[in-house]
Amino acid sequence: MDTSQYLEIFLDETKEHLQNLNTSILELESEPENENTINEIFRAAHSLKGMAGTMGYKRMQDLTHNMENVFSEVRNGSIKIKSEMIDILFQCLDALEEYTDNIQNTQDEGTNDNEPIIKSLKAIIDSKGESVGEAAAPAKEEAKASESKSDDASAGGTKWDNVKLDESQMDVLEEAKKQGKNVFGMNVEIQEGCILKAARAFLVIKAIEELGEIAVSDPPTQDLEDEKFDMDFTLMVVTDNSMDDLVNAAKAVSEIGNVTAGEFIPDNNVSFKKEEATAAPKEEAKAPETTAPAPTTTAPTAKAAPAGDKAQGGKAEPKKAGKPVVNRTIRVDIEKLDNMMNLVSELIIAKNSLVSATNAANAAAGTNSTNEQIEYLESVTTNLHESVMKVRMVPIESVVSKFPRMIRDLQKTLGKKMELFMTGEDTELDRTVVDEIGDPLMHLLRNSADHGLESAEVRKERGKPEVGSIFLDAYQEGNNVIIEVRDDGNGIDVEAVKAKAIERGVITPEQGAIMPDKDIINLLFNAGFSTAKQVTDISGRGVGLDVVRSKIESLSGEVSVKSELGVGSTWTIRLPLTLAIIQSLMVVVGGEKYAISLGSIETIETIEPGEVKLVQNEEVINLRGNVLPLIRLNQILENESTIGPDDAMCVVIVKKGDKMAGLVIDELIGQMEIVIKPLGKYIKQAKVISGATILGDGEVALILDTNVMF
Amino acid sequence: MDLNNNNAPAIIDEDHRGPIKTFQYIVIKVGDEQYGIDINFIDNIVRMTPITRIPKVSEYLKGVINLRGEVIPVMSLRLKMGLPADVITKASRIIILKSETEGNLGVIVDEVKEVVTLTEFEIEDVSPDVKDVRANFINGIGKRNNNELISLLDLSTITLEDNINA
Repeated sequence: MDTSQYLEIFLDETKEHLQNLNTSILELESEPENENTINEIFRAAHSLKGMAGTMGYKRMQDLTHNMENVFSEVRNGSIKIKSEMIDILFQCLDALEEYTDNIQNTQDEGTNDNEPIIKSLKAIIDSKGESVGEAAAPAKEEAKASESKSDDASAGGTKWDNVKLDESQMDVLEEAKKQGKNVFGMNVEIQEGCILKAARAFLVIKAIEELGEIAVSDPPTQDLEDEKFDMDFTLMVVTDNSMDDLVNAAKAVSEIGNVTAGEFIPDNNVSFKKEEATAAPKEEAKAPETTAPAPTTTAPTAKAAPAGDKAQGGKAEPKKAGKPVVNRTIRVDIEKLDNMMNLVSELIIAKNSLVSATNAANAAAGTNSTNEQIEYLESVTTNLHESVMKVRMVPIESVVSKFPRMIRDLQKTLGKKMELFMTGEDTELDRTVVDEIGDPLMHLLRNSADHGLESAEVRKERGKPEVGSIFLDAYQEGNNVIIEVRDDGNGIDVEAVKAKAIERGVITPEQGAIMPDKDIINLLFNAGFSTAKQVTDISGRGVGLDVVRSKIESLSGEVSVKSELGVGSTWTIRLPLTLAIIQSLMVVVGGEKYAISLGSIETIETIEPGEVKLVQNEEVINLRGNVLPLIRLNQILENESTIGPDDAMCVVIVKKGDKMAGLVIDELIGQMEIVIKPLGKYIKQAKVISGATILGDGEVALILDTNVMF
Repeated sequence: MDLNNNNAPAIIDEDHRGPIKTFQYIVIKVGDEQYGIDINFIDNIVRMTPITRIPKVSEYLKGVINLRGEVIPVMSLRLKMGLPADVITKASRIIILKSETEGNLGVIVDEVKEVVTLTEFEIEDVSPDVKDVRANFINGIGKRNNNELISLLDLSTITLEDNINA
């Protein structure tokens, strides 16, 4: 059976589970008693095992199986979480990640058996002393409701006699008996190594249904379809046919192992017995049925094998708590979203052209008959665009959630004490940006941990708390998302940077003497620059910050740093919320149309030529107390302005961070929603242009990158 | 087809072990010369459309055009080869070259004449001549039966940035 079609899903889900495990185990370290967390881990490990098994990754399955065993013990309360255990568990996760990477790259899990880890895991289980004997049996079992029933089975009676029935099921069976029909119990085992268990179960059920009516299925058919069962399942069939017919029909399905069947005698079944014995309130017995996937009853009977029931009681509880609310999300291939986005872009271009055509027609006819409809169309396309944008937005959580673990590891490698505080993990960014932002963030965090924070002794001396703090804050600001990485460490030593820059020949000593501190700190972003005295594994190979900057800039973002010696540094990443479609202001310079992103525009002013002053031979204007440089766009764009030297100037005030500048344009056209199209790689020299867009009439207009004009 | 080559099949088999390779070229005119562009690199040939100028780029990059919703850069083959600037006529065309890595690129030519098929024996290699700038853009000469010569353009050097711009 070819499983490659499931590989994508497998990888996606495995990564999700691994991430969950990472987070949960971290939580567990701080709250070793938290039952919810333990249950969460158990579930994730169990799903991982199941998935790995289904895909035929035996080593991975083996490892997760051992891990699951440990947690089954933890859950039973026979093992307490200890710090060494956490370390081993993390090793486990790393090994699993390695498997996953291998599978992703080669579709094969690799040959590493990770024996030492499995041994350590087994040692944990063995080390719990006298409780071994008692709990070993359930630990070996897959700790699943259906499995614990197999305990019952071996304890006495047939499987179907141990299936718990609800009232209506009992009624059906009793009724059938009364009518003189045959009621058989069947237990169907699926061969070990069968890949599509659910499919096999389905085939068996279909075959049986042709011969009779399946009154009861354990686990329920829904769970069978979802593959929520181990290697066997039990059916109760009402039929006119003989038992042999049923058994043969089931065995005819391939990859089916042993099929046992027998007549169903109500008096032998636990539920019927129980009904007689306890006559427990039915309402109560029914309640958990609705929440727990496996049929369970609340009233434990003293007679039915106690070990099994104890395990079941313990297991039923987390299942109730952990059954996730019905997921209202679907997985969509990012390519489909891209395609949709492109179509929306096309639609907006088409809408723009319709608008310009109608305006022209209206102007010619002197009417404005279609304005309302056009406005309606505009609002619909804008909403559509926003919706598609939102679909593409994902919280940065998926990227940042791995950082606490990373900092924990760094703590050990660097021998420093530190803690990471994160806020705004739910801040959303375009999927493409989120995918790319992980590495730069990781680098900045490592940088803070390695270069920023001092060792515990130094911190003590300086009167700081021994444990260093690193903060990662994300929030939205207008059309941008800001991500800040902050530490309370040593800060950047400007003199050290200056000395290094001079030594490396990046600047001359003369330049260094007059350079403002801010500019010197920015030298850190130059290629091949690291002030770390020692090259460590963590950071400081000098390939870091320049890569961070180029990565952020390739996402149309910017990165800056503020630092105070002895107090700490703050690295700020500013990213645009969306990449493909923006609101812009269309302007004319020298007869050519240009677009300026509305996000970078502060105001638009009319300036008389007399208000322009010269400072250091540069033109400036005084705008309500702010002195801003004046940039004549026609000079930057190398064309002829159509306004005379004495005419009043239309000036667009743009901002970059806290800096502002005035751009002189010839004419304003107005606001427009534009679709950004890349210029292609041939035109990378054009720094002032960040892209192009297609106007309603098919003309190409360029988008000005105001950031480079400062 | 050149008869001389067809008369010596044994030699062909020894050297090339296979059928005669043929190549298709689109013949264009730039200035007084005829050039051939390998048809495999051509995405499309379009009439002249308005070109949006891009500031602060090399002179031979004329700007960008809108090709069915995509923005495509366009360059002047004449300026790239160091010839006088284009005179746009009714015969002028933009040939859209495709490139997986760099994206598509439009090239302005004076005229598109025809499509020719050349066998490997009708193509002669040229050694790059440092003295002649234009020869650097050519990686072969095609000879046709009427002794007409077609300079085969080396598209990799044409799409290379700034090799004559200095």
